[in-house]
Amino acid sequence: MARVLVGVKRVIDYAVKIRVKPDKTGVVTDGVKHSMNPFDEIAVEEAVRMKEKKIASELIAVSCGPAQSQETIRTALAMGIDRGIHVEISGAELNTLQPIHVSKILAKIAQDEKVDLVIVGKQAIDDDSNQTAQMTAAILDWPQAAFASKIERAGDELTVTREIDGGLEVIKVKSPAVVSADLRLNEPRYATLPNIMKAKKKPIKKVTAKDLGVDISPRIEIVSVADPPTRQAGAILPDVDALISKLKEGGHI
Amino acid sequence: MYCSGRTVFSSKLANQLFKRLQSTLVIAEHNNDVVSPVTRNTLTAAKQIGGEVCLLVAGESCGKAASEAAKLPGLAKVLVADSAHFKGFLPESLTALVLALQNQHKFSHILAPATAFGKGLLPRIAAKLDVSPVTDVIEIKGADTFVRTIYAGNAVLTLKSKDPVKILSVRGTSFAPIDGEGSATPEKAADGDYAAPKTTFVSQELSKSDRPELTSAKVVISGGRGMKSGDNFKLLYTLADKMGAAVGASRAAVDAGFVPNDLQVGQTGKIVAPELYIAVGISGAIQHLAGMKDSKTIVAINKDPEAPIFQVADYGLVADLFKAVPELTEKI
Repeated sequence: MARVLVGVKRVIDYAVKIRVKPDKTGVVTDGVKHSMNPFDEIAVEEAVRMKEKKIASELIAVSCGPAQSQETIRTALAMGIDRGIHVEISGAELNTLQPIHVSKILAKIAQDEKVDLVIVGKQAIDDDSNQTAQMTAAILDWPQAAFASKIERAGDELTVTREIDGGLEVIKVKSPAVVSADLRLNEPRYATLPNIMKAKKKPIKKVTAKDLGVDISPRIEIVSVADPPTRQAGAILPDVDALISKLKEGGHI
Repeated sequence: MYCSGRTVFSSKLANQLFKRLQSTLVIAEHNNDVVSPVTRNTLTAAKQIGGEVCLLVAGESCGKAASEAAKLPGLAKVLVADSAHFKGFLPESLTALVLALQNQHKFSHILAPATAFGKGLLPRIAAKLDVSPVTDVIEIKGADTFVRTIYAGNAVLTLKSKDPVKILSVRGTSFAPIDGEGSATPEKAADGDYAAPKTTFVSQELSKSDRPELTSAKVVISGGRGMKSGDNFKLLYTLADKMGAAVGASRAAVDAGFVPNDLQVGQTGKIVAPELYIAVGISGAIQHLAGMKDSKTIVAINKDPEAPIFQVADYGLVADLFKAVPELTEKI
């Protein structure tokens, strides 16, 4: 039976319309609703299902971030993860924390905890990087299966269906491996109240990047964060004929 | 006068010297026979960085793709790695190859298109080189300064990379495809054992379609939840065929099983920027807008006048799509 490590990130809730700070250093995060990155919820759900199918023995959730990341870990625990590891990253460091840093942290924990499988979301909806799984796999020299929409485990082999540009692809990877979850992998469950209560008793270990021997010095300098160009308001047309004449005017037809 | 003239001269010289020091490897996306169009867009980005541009074509029996690649303009070299190891274009094998090439050529930049292929591969290479890659670049400001979007396209980040090697995936729709014809001689890339014993490619199931490819189509017609069923997508296919358009979909339409996943346009699907985007029965959630709001002209057909899609649409039609779409098809 496999031990599974799941990476979870606390991000601004997907439904929030973000605001860029006037000084162009970033986006406003204070007082804004945060929640678990949607792709990570899918990763957590998949791990929990593996335990329910008795193909996983212990599930560990890791989050790198400020103190509030513990809430994100609690959510994972309430969904069925066994224990958490919080890698505390302070405010200033958080701004330039990149997937390369997180991958090194995940890789170190994966080795320390002797896990057989690392599952993360395919991308975080804040930085939209889509890198962590691939980089974690590279650092560990493990095979990778990115953008998974189906995972089947038989012995030490995983058969993974991946979402690619033209359709779907099936690969087999030998565990230990790293998988990233696409939207279609599963439908994450809601944590029930009793499980939320139980999750409060589950342990969360707190460590720092330094404890793990990972250097998180910045690899990028943020030059600016700006609003995207806004589109000019358009016109509501009365009927299909008006639309056709506009399309003709624009040379589209 | 003398002074300012001199400054101009020396900065120009420095700039030329600087550009000469750059050398970029572009990893071509292809299916062994044909080079994918987005590779041309990636080459434009590579040209903007300056310096020599080499193109890597790695695959299994990829001779046809290699000779097509050799005709792309402005390439210093076309490196070809033809081996059974590259069956299925597994990142594990390709990373080993690119690392060997990097050792040999010391590229300053490594680029690939920001597709499922490029996004799967580049971060693996970057981690092996201990550098922080940059995803989905929309503008090259300099050899180390790049622009990309974050938060589903709702903010634009300009960043300066401090790493010695810059690894970038390029958003195809933000760069025009490179133009012209060249005549490079394909060269054999570094030989070696690039087997990936822990990963096996099993199969691929590609959706077949005669319509243009979604990310490079000039016109895209997308359907959302409002289409109500997969069968109703026929309305869009008919209109698309008449207009020579590609068909896309919102996540809601994909999740409801109306169309396959690879038609999804949005933050986590494909990013398109056609001349004309027609959104039919799509409300316009943030995540969908992320994938299409750079389209030149946006048309929305939706019966809900409050739908957020109307805030980005150049032309809106508040109408029942089941009446408006057939009427449009008939009159066009």
